Amino acid sequence: MTAFSFDAVAAILFIPAGAAAILAALPNYKMTASVNVAASFLTLLAALSLFVTDRPAPGQYLIVDDLNIVFIVLNTFVGFTTSVFSASYIAHELETGRLTAPNLRFYHAMYQIMMFGMNLAFVSNNIGLMWVAVELATLTTVLMVGIYRTHEALEAAWKYFILGSVGIALALFGTILVYMAAQPVVGAGTNAMVWSVLIDKAAHFDPALLSVAFIFLLLGYGTKVGLAPLHAWLPDAHAEGPTPISAVLSGLLLNVALYAVLRFKLLLAASPEAIGPGPLMATMGLTSLIFAAFMLYRRRDIKRLFAYSSIEHMGIIVFAFGMGGPLANFAGLLHMVMHSLTKSAIFFAVGHIAQVKGTQKISEIRGLTESHPGLGWALVIGVVAIAGLPPLGIFMSEFLVVSSTFARYPWLAIPLVFGLLIAFGALLLRLTGLAFGEPRGGTAPVEASYVPMYSHLALVFTAGIYLPAPLVAWFQHVAGILG
Amino acid sequence: MNGLTFDIAHLLAGSLVLVSFMMLYQDRLFALINVFALHAVVLALSVAWQAYIQDAHHLYITAAIALVFKAVVIPVGLHRIIQRLGIHRDIETAVGIGPTMLAGIGLVTLSMVLMLRVTPEADPLAREDLAFALSIILLGLLVMVTRRNAVSQVVGFMSLENGLVLAATGAKGMPLVVEISVAFSILIAFIVIGVFLFRIRERFDSVDVGALDDYRGERR
Repeated sequence: MTAFSFDAVAAILFIPAGAAAILAALPNYKMTASVNVAASFLTLLAALSLFVTDRPAPGQYLIVDDLNIVFIVLNTFVGFTTSVFSASYIAHELETGRLTAPNLRFYHAMYQIMMFGMNLAFVSNNIGLMWVAVELATLTTVLMVGIYRTHEALEAAWKYFILGSVGIALALFGTILVYMAAQPVVGAGTNAMVWSVLIDKAAHFDPALLSVAFIFLLLGYGTKVGLAPLHAWLPDAHAEGPTPISAVLSGLLLNVALYAVLRFKLLLAASPEAIGPGPLMATMGLTSLIFAAFMLYRRRDIKRLFAYSSIEHMGIIVFAFGMGGPLANFAGLLHMVMHSLTKSAIFFAVGHIAQVKGTQKISEIRGLTESHPGLGWALVIGVVAIAGLPPLGIFMSEFLVVSSTFARYPWLAIPLVFGLLIAFGALLLRLTGLAFGEPRGGTAPVEASYVPMYSHLALVFTAGIYLPAPLVAWFQHVAGILG
Repeated sequence: MNGLTFDIAHLLAGSLVLVSFMMLYQDRLFALINVFALHAVVLALSVAWQAYIQDAHHLYITAAIALVFKAVVIPVGLHRIIQRLGIHRDIETAVGIGPTMLAGIGLVTLSMVLMLRVTPEADPLAREDLAFALSIILLGLLVMVTRRNAVSQVVGFMSLENGLVLAATGAKGMPLVVEISVAFSILIAFIVIGVFLFRIRERFDSVDVGALDDYRGERR
């Protein structure tokens, strides 16, 4: 039994890695698109099997626990639906000549390497290995953001690369400091980088060193989460890369960095004398929320608009985790899942919209529900969901965040609600222009696959009305672990 | 003997900070790259010395990588790129040299105050290494923000990575995983950057990142 369950972990790593090698070798783009979908689906199955199989004992490099299963399943699920969307999106890009066949070969191989990097970051028990995995995922997305090789795409990729590397360098310095703090207690060697060992002994670490380490880690990985003062790469990278990449950036890569922050937050929480990680995270979260909410008003590019909305939502999530406690953590987890599903669905819709209209300018897109009802209504539902209207899932998680804030720190609820309302107004304002009124722009019919976006939206809708009891219990359990 | 080993380690790490300062005021690309090569040589010496005093033989590999790859291969490669692109002209620094040097002094002071205060119980060698490493990282960042040229930003980034290597080797017994990954990431980073440089050249006939700003999709 143990041998089999180890296979599940190995599978979520080896399927993407193997697929990347195969995809790099296959010349036919239709075949590579289907291989990409198949590999992503197999990875999803392997991830789901983690629920039923026995877990391996945490090793020096890999770990599976209740916390990371949530992240892995979400990651592989969105990875799979995005690969389905990507297949139809990419076919259109090839027709219009924005991408060439060799580009696509590269793109699909990179897609799988990115999935490998993200899965590895989630299952790694070693803080050094986790850092390497996050860096790998970053570098592959940098290459994909620059794939169109236009002026804008190159600038976005360069900016992403420089800011991402700086962030990641700070995170590595933080990782080294954690090792320095652990080494006198745990002893030199690999053990002092193993998370499950560190968490047991964290109470004996030098609190000052651990605190400084956390600040570097928060700044470093926080850059990748897109927290406010460090977010500059995010809108450009979202706007200029291929839309499937925008979807995985928002839906998945931000979560990977968030997961890293959470792991280190737990480490800090275990050390009573170190600074509390909560207030730092809550402050950064609130800043991001309010900043992004105001920035939403001045967007003229549709993908940038939703990129800023991602900053806003990551702000809410980080704020919720920063507050801590079972209810806020529960809300944060739920919000993270809902945001990933909704935002990737929105990007699926936006990708096709930009293709049929031939532009990403908000002012040139009008009356979508009339010209392309399938896409238009998907966008309407998605934006209504992301703005936090009932009865969709994000309303529930935002409501939980707000109510737990009211219960514990009432004065913090004021800026929180203020930020939410500002963002709400901006999104609905833009939505009425985009979705209703006299149609403008291209009216060519779409060859879109609606399944990925509507399945995400259906999940978000269901979650808003009814959450199954086992899922609630699971989330409550994880929220309890997060302290 | 103990005093001497400590002094030598101190001297090497300190010189690394000094070389970082030298980067701040280079106003020609070739000179900047030569200073970076010197930076890498000092790093290699420092790492080798750590390997010797910690009796950690795997660190010699890290030192060798620093010496061969960062002190020879990359600078030679960058020289070629610059010659091919024909951009061996002055660097346009975004901020003047005077303020940059002052900012550098401020950053070094900051990192000394911070690191020495939080690590009173750590091994004195390790804590000084950490303080120096943070200074080098911050100075590398400073090089990156004060330059507008893509090549000099790359050099700033690599000097920043040198600081990380110094920190990693100063931490006693840090597993090999990290050293290899650091070296590896530099390699990948360089490939990525190389690709970028060529693409930027292909599209703009310039590696001045400032030129990219004109093509922004959206003015803010």
